[in-house]
Amino acid sequence: MKFSDQWLREWVDPEVPTAALAEALTLAGLEVAGVTPVASRFSGVEVGEIRAIETHPEDPGLRVCSVFDREGDAYTVVCGAPNARAGLRVAWARVGATLPGGRVIGRVAFGDVASAGMLCSAEELGLEDTSDGVMELPLDSPLGADVWHLLGLDDQAIEVDLTPNRGDCLGIAGIAREIGVLFRRPVTPPAVRPVAAVIPDVLEVRVLAPAACPSYVGRIVRGLDARAHTPLWVRERLRRAGVRCLGPIVDVTNYVMLEWGQPMHAFDLARLGAPIEVRHAREGERITLLDGQELALTGETLVIADRTRAVAVAGIMGGHDAGVGPNTTDVFLESAFFAPAAVAGKARVYRLQTDSSHRFERGVDFEIQDRAIERATALLIAICGGRPGPVVSKRAPEHLPARNAITLRASRMRRLLGVDVPAQEVAEVLSRLGMSVAAEPGASGLAASEAGAWRVQPPSFRFDLAIEADLIEELARVRGYERIPGRSPLGALKMSPRPEAVLDTARLRQVLCDRGYHEAITYSFVDPVNLGRLMPGVETLQLANPIASDMSVMRPSLWPGLLGALKRNQDRQVARVRLFEIGLVFRLADGKLDQCPKIGGVAWGPCVPEQWSEPRRAVDFFDVKNDVEALLALAGADGGAVEFQLHTDPALHPHQSALVLRAGREVGVIGALHPLTARALGLQTPVYVFELDLGPLCQRELPVYRPLSRFPLVRRDLSLVVARDTPAGAVLECIAGQASEVLQEARLFDLYCGEGLDAAEKSIAIGLIFQGISSTLIDEEVDAFVERVLIRLQETLGARQRGQRSSD
Amino acid sequence: MNDVTQVLDEARQSIAEATSLADLEAERVRLLGKKGVLTGLLKQLGGLPQSERPEAGAAINSAKLAITEALETRRQALRDAEMECAIASEKLDVTLPGRGQGLGGLHPVTRTLERLCSLLCQIGFEVVEGPEVEDDYHNFEALNIPAHHPARAMHDTFYFDAHTLLRTHTSPVQIRTMKRRPPPLRIIAPGRVYRCDSDLTHTPMFHQIEGLMVDEDVSFADLKGVLEDLMRNFFEQEDLALRFRPSYFPFTEPSAEVDIRCVMCRGGGCRVCGESGWLEVLGCGMVHPRVFEHVGIDSERFTGFAFGLGVERLTMLRYGVNDLRIFFENDVRFLAQFR
Repeated sequence: MKFSDQWLREWVDPEVPTAALAEALTLAGLEVAGVTPVASRFSGVEVGEIRAIETHPEDPGLRVCSVFDREGDAYTVVCGAPNARAGLRVAWARVGATLPGGRVIGRVAFGDVASAGMLCSAEELGLEDTSDGVMELPLDSPLGADVWHLLGLDDQAIEVDLTPNRGDCLGIAGIAREIGVLFRRPVTPPAVRPVAAVIPDVLEVRVLAPAACPSYVGRIVRGLDARAHTPLWVRERLRRAGVRCLGPIVDVTNYVMLEWGQPMHAFDLARLGAPIEVRHAREGERITLLDGQELALTGETLVIADRTRAVAVAGIMGGHDAGVGPNTTDVFLESAFFAPAAVAGKARVYRLQTDSSHRFERGVDFEIQDRAIERATALLIAICGGRPGPVVSKRAPEHLPARNAITLRASRMRRLLGVDVPAQEVAEVLSRLGMSVAAEPGASGLAASEAGAWRVQPPSFRFDLAIEADLIEELARVRGYERIPGRSPLGALKMSPRPEAVLDTARLRQVLCDRGYHEAITYSFVDPVNLGRLMPGVETLQLANPIASDMSVMRPSLWPGLLGALKRNQDRQVARVRLFEIGLVFRLADGKLDQCPKIGGVAWGPCVPEQWSEPRRAVDFFDVKNDVEALLALAGADGGAVEFQLHTDPALHPHQSALVLRAGREVGVIGALHPLTARALGLQTPVYVFELDLGPLCQRELPVYRPLSRFPLVRRDLSLVVARDTPAGAVLECIAGQASEVLQEARLFDLYCGEGLDAAEKSIAIGLIFQGISSTLIDEEVDAFVERVLIRLQETLGARQRGQRSSD
Repeated sequence: MNDVTQVLDEARQSIAEATSLADLEAERVRLLGKKGVLTGLLKQLGGLPQSERPEAGAAINSAKLAITEALETRRQALRDAEMECAIASEKLDVTLPGRGQGLGGLHPVTRTLERLCSLLCQIGFEVVEGPEVEDDYHNFEALNIPAHHPARAMHDTFYFDAHTLLRTHTSPVQIRTMKRRPPPLRIIAPGRVYRCDSDLTHTPMFHQIEGLMVDEDVSFADLKGVLEDLMRNFFEQEDLALRFRPSYFPFTEPSAEVDIRCVMCRGGGCRVCGESGWLEVLGCGMVHPRVFEHVGIDSERFTGFAFGLGVERLTMLRYGVNDLRIFFENDVRFLAQFR
């Protein structure tokens, strides 16, 4: 809602500068988004009158005007405007005048004719975007008057960003009411008197959807001159409100809407066939709107129709067929109340947000239709002439919005706000806001202030006052939130459980940060094309209204986002990237959605930041595996045995990826990005990725103390030869299978292939660490264990000790 | 027994002359070994008259002790020298860079989230979480935003179908928590939220922290107190001014938007605050009785406040980041500024 400060002050003048007025509105919840001058400064432009006019002797496109000033002196002014004519009062920029933008008017000669300044168009005065002639001032404008002052251009346009609950402030009337209560000033609206009918003509109106349209008021006005000029004061107010002038009839309906908040519509009576019906559209019914757009309507849409077709989409926009134009002589004026529910959402469905739908969606005063139509009639007749018929009013009171009285308790107010509001203030503020306030009847014999409760009747123009809290907010906001002092809340000091077995994700973040990873946050929606390269055929959740096609599916993995971030970094010549992210991924299984928290990472570039003493080596599987192991290690001393199993994933390198299992349960994947995938994504390789389920990762075991051995360690190193494709894990597992309570650790410390071994073989060196629990170990015990292990290894994996020939 | 004296003198000499531990060891063997000099002397004892034997034996033994001691002293000296030599050879340029992994860091948004949570947890707030793909009921309906409510237009919602959407705020977590647990409640719900909007100052995804306190006597004054405390402690500006402006959210009544005095210009007016001296940072209010009704809390007995604040905005103000979009580009050079 944008409006002229001057216009507002005609209703209520708080006698404070515009800035203070704007601040007061903002602090009362009507946020002022901007205060702007209504015109760029000009000076030296005065009212002149063209008394005589003739064509320029040399240039037939120009006219030579004889312009008179206040003293009765005549000046010659050359002008090219087609509407320049004798008798016109014009905005005359005399020599020396400054126009908007700083243009100074000098004496100019057109051929042999010298021009004493210039006759200005509204465009040249910065009042319109385009003009096609000189600005025509009212004929009673005093000669010589300064045009800046004449037009009241020392004015500001105030733009208020209204919250959706304050539809009542979408008119000067509502804003004035607010100012009235904030500054405790009386509000004086312009007088609106009924205009008596002078012709008997009425148009029959049938409201077939009374719930959607509980109040419909109409009136015929005949004999209008639609070519009349809208008076300058109306044009200026519309302009300052950001509304374009579109001819006197539409200007009048717009003016009334801005003044009272009641959207109105004028139909060309000649193009209507009685009766008028307010009904729901027939499914697929077509209408061409005023703006030329054709719509196919749904059955939920309310329309105004005549005998044959829809002529307006109710409360949103009129139809082209019955619209008014310069040739219109007879109109049917409409002033209706459409229920918010009947209009809400429709404008969005049809992508038709109009000033009218904006107001009806939020709620228009349902008792103002008569006043608005009388105001419009009076203005219309004053501008265009014409003879009004009687007002036809269709009202279905049972469908009008309820306005139930609300009980307001002082005690509740204190509880909700934490402060008391004096009783006198309660009564005054609510009354000024248009409510009737009385003592709660239950407290008979007491004044409201003593009873501590009021019975409050909300007005028809407020759609946001239904419960006690609504009234308390009114009192708080008018009083000013700054007058409620803050305080620290009191509450019972009670602890809540903090299960130690649940690991805080902050700890996981910390581990990765300490290992050189930066935390990333990537969008939860990803590009389906890139996703298809990573996870071909994966079922995804798709947005119905994505912001862009490359952000249209919910990520089923953290990898697309992380790899996208890696790509951006590679493109920006970052040499080394370690990123991780924690967030939900969205998986569909059998149409059911799983929103699963994950932690994922990506690693590319040197294994450590480039350095003088470390050999340069690209990150490899085992670097990243160690990062993953560190995360898993947080789960506690055992946390369930962790296993890495060779894994086939279309996005990953077939020989360098693994499933991560904990206690036999799959908890994640780690691996090198498949070179083909990397190529398709435009990534430099090798790239390693991992992703783990956060749920199981955050379940940890509480430590359980085990006594420390006080006896010496014994170590035996085994150098085993096994087939090259035997996983080391199988060897370690086999050793672990021969459980001995004195074996503390089996440590794989060397791996060898090459000279001295068959090409199909490899050698694995394992250090077995023994330590007695209750006594010093004797060699025989250890030897016996080693012996058993070697036999078992030989049996299950065909392993032999290095240096021995294979047994076969 | 000149022999013994002579042997001892000579031994002392040769021990002193040994220049390495290996030499010294050879010397030890030569002197004290099984075929060593002293052993030889002992063997000669048998050739002496009975009466001289004890004296000679004692002399040999004391020579042996003296030699052992001399060896030990020399060994110590040689070892010290050797270590000193080794130390001398271990000279380093301590200005060379250290080796190994560098440090990563938290995303600045996480950093702010953690900071806000830790401040609020001091006064008994507890962190709860909820789903990001929400249903219409929790995101709108239960928050008193029925279908076609004009407030929905402010939300620019991403939809999957008519009833499933990406949460537009963290407020649905309020509903889920209040349905699950009876008051008193003090919770915060941090997380991602989504709006179908993208330009220089909007990203389609951003972060909020929702706060909710419900108890028997929670008032707007408490809400003001908590938020004043939170903002002052977050920005570490004890005198930071806050401005509560009446506003409208369907799920609170009364509602307010909160501005803080611009932390960049301290109210003088700058580009960050649009010359106004104020920065809008959050929305809040007293829980609407209809919301309580939806979750089955008696609004006559309990009152509550809720607030929701934008994490990116606070992060930008705290660290002087002037570009919202950079948060989600994940440029390592940006991230590395927050360790």
